[in-house]
Amino acid sequence: MNLLRNFDLILTLTLKEIKVKYRSSALGYLWSLLYPLLLALLFFFALRVVLKIQVEDFVVFLLSGLFSWQWFLNSLSASTVSIISNASLVKKVKFPYFMLPMSNVLNDCFHFIASLPVLFAFAIFHSKPPSIVWLAGTLFIVLQLITTLGISLILSSLNPFFRDLERLTQIGLNMVFYATPIIYPFEMIPENFRPIFYLNPMFPVVESWHRLILKSDVELWLIGLSVIHSAFWLVIGSYIFSRFSKRFAEVL
Amino acid sequence: MNDVVIRFSNVEKSFPLYRRPGIKTMLLNPRYFWTLKERFVAIKDISFEVYRGETFGIVGKNGAGKSTILGLIAGVLVPDRGRVEVRGKVVPLLELGAGFHHELNAVENIMLNGVLLGASRRKMKALTGEILEFAGLKEFAHQPIRTFSTGMLARLGFSIAVHIKPEILLVDEILAVGDSEFQKKCLEKISELQKSNVTILLVSHDAKQIERFCKRAMLIEDKHIKLLGEAKEVIKAYAG
Repeated sequence: MNLLRNFDLILTLTLKEIKVKYRSSALGYLWSLLYPLLLALLFFFALRVVLKIQVEDFVVFLLSGLFSWQWFLNSLSASTVSIISNASLVKKVKFPYFMLPMSNVLNDCFHFIASLPVLFAFAIFHSKPPSIVWLAGTLFIVLQLITTLGISLILSSLNPFFRDLERLTQIGLNMVFYATPIIYPFEMIPENFRPIFYLNPMFPVVESWHRLILKSDVELWLIGLSVIHSAFWLVIGSYIFSRFSKRFAEVL
Repeated sequence: MNDVVIRFSNVEKSFPLYRRPGIKTMLLNPRYFWTLKERFVAIKDISFEVYRGETFGIVGKNGAGKSTILGLIAGVLVPDRGRVEVRGKVVPLLELGAGFHHELNAVENIMLNGVLLGASRRKMKALTGEILEFAGLKEFAHQPIRTFSTGMLARLGFSIAVHIKPEILLVDEILAVGDSEFQKKCLEKISELQKSNVTILLVSHDAKQIERFCKRAMLIEDKHIKLLGEAKEVIKAYAG
């Protein structure tokens, strides 16, 4: 009974996010493609044409990281303010509030999945034959979903108490972007710096996508690292959220 | 004989006090960090019971603590001391536009709002027609609600809340919305709910409404219950 109600709630909230995103702009779905594509173009020009970085199939390389990053970035930006922007509701109605940030993460997950055909099309166009191994991508999606959800729970539950967090998140996300091998390959990082990258929750997922699309290869240690990240962030996130959510109505 | 559905026992509730000195002052002078812990008491020693099917009024000036009591009943606030017991499904009548999204149309918003208030998707699908009918918004079913007037939004919100069969309905000063025709309809609907044994908590600073609907009421003054009893007596004390 309770489970059914929770399912109804998360379904309704996520559908709302998806509908709203499509409806409020003329291009709708195209925006979730256009933005990463334009970014890829920009980085291609700056890094390949100007700085002459040597990476095979650089466009496919960029896209296979950028789509996944966009999901992470958009869900965290949206979920950080999810409690505050629903203040009038949270102050009056009791429901499982974690569904507010969760619906943001699921919304962008949906858009990510919707953009995968484009990524695959680019890969095939650059003569990467479609492979059965690509199905491993479903696992990466699940792992990224859990990791992102965990972090979104932390940010959304702390933001009503420390509103500076919104700004910090924006700056932090910008920094993490450059600290993730998205616009440069992991192999170019000097050996002694690499362990620092393992602390980045997005590193194993993005790197897994690179290997999957470019080499049809699945690295077990990357998946293992990603499992550790997703478990870690989900546990911490649930703990912080359950502690702070009791006081939402007091501070909003 | 009477079924208690809401029971407050010696409830106290405080809120954080925000007079933040700013990060610079705090870092230079760490003892300011203690001010973050300061709280002010909103209500104190509140004990009362509400019985099934009755309409109970809460009156008091702004800031007396009436909304805090509703928050505790809805379960969005946790008491610092004492106990709050509530039996049954609580549905608050939301303020204008809360739980709606302005880009979605009326039908989609009925689903969203109803599910947030605790109804299932299936139930909301079945109720949609009835809700639109009551709100008088049938022709506008597929219009995005950002095009709605304030009155239309209020009608929609009220219609959803009363149609999802609440066991305890929380009404916080919202009855004065809509045109006079719809107001009449609202008041009739409230009478109908009263007859069907729904418990209603009516918070207001309008003595007339309390008098009209409630048998019992309480007056909150300066964090405490000043008077609890017959609605007429309470209103007399409040007015005088």
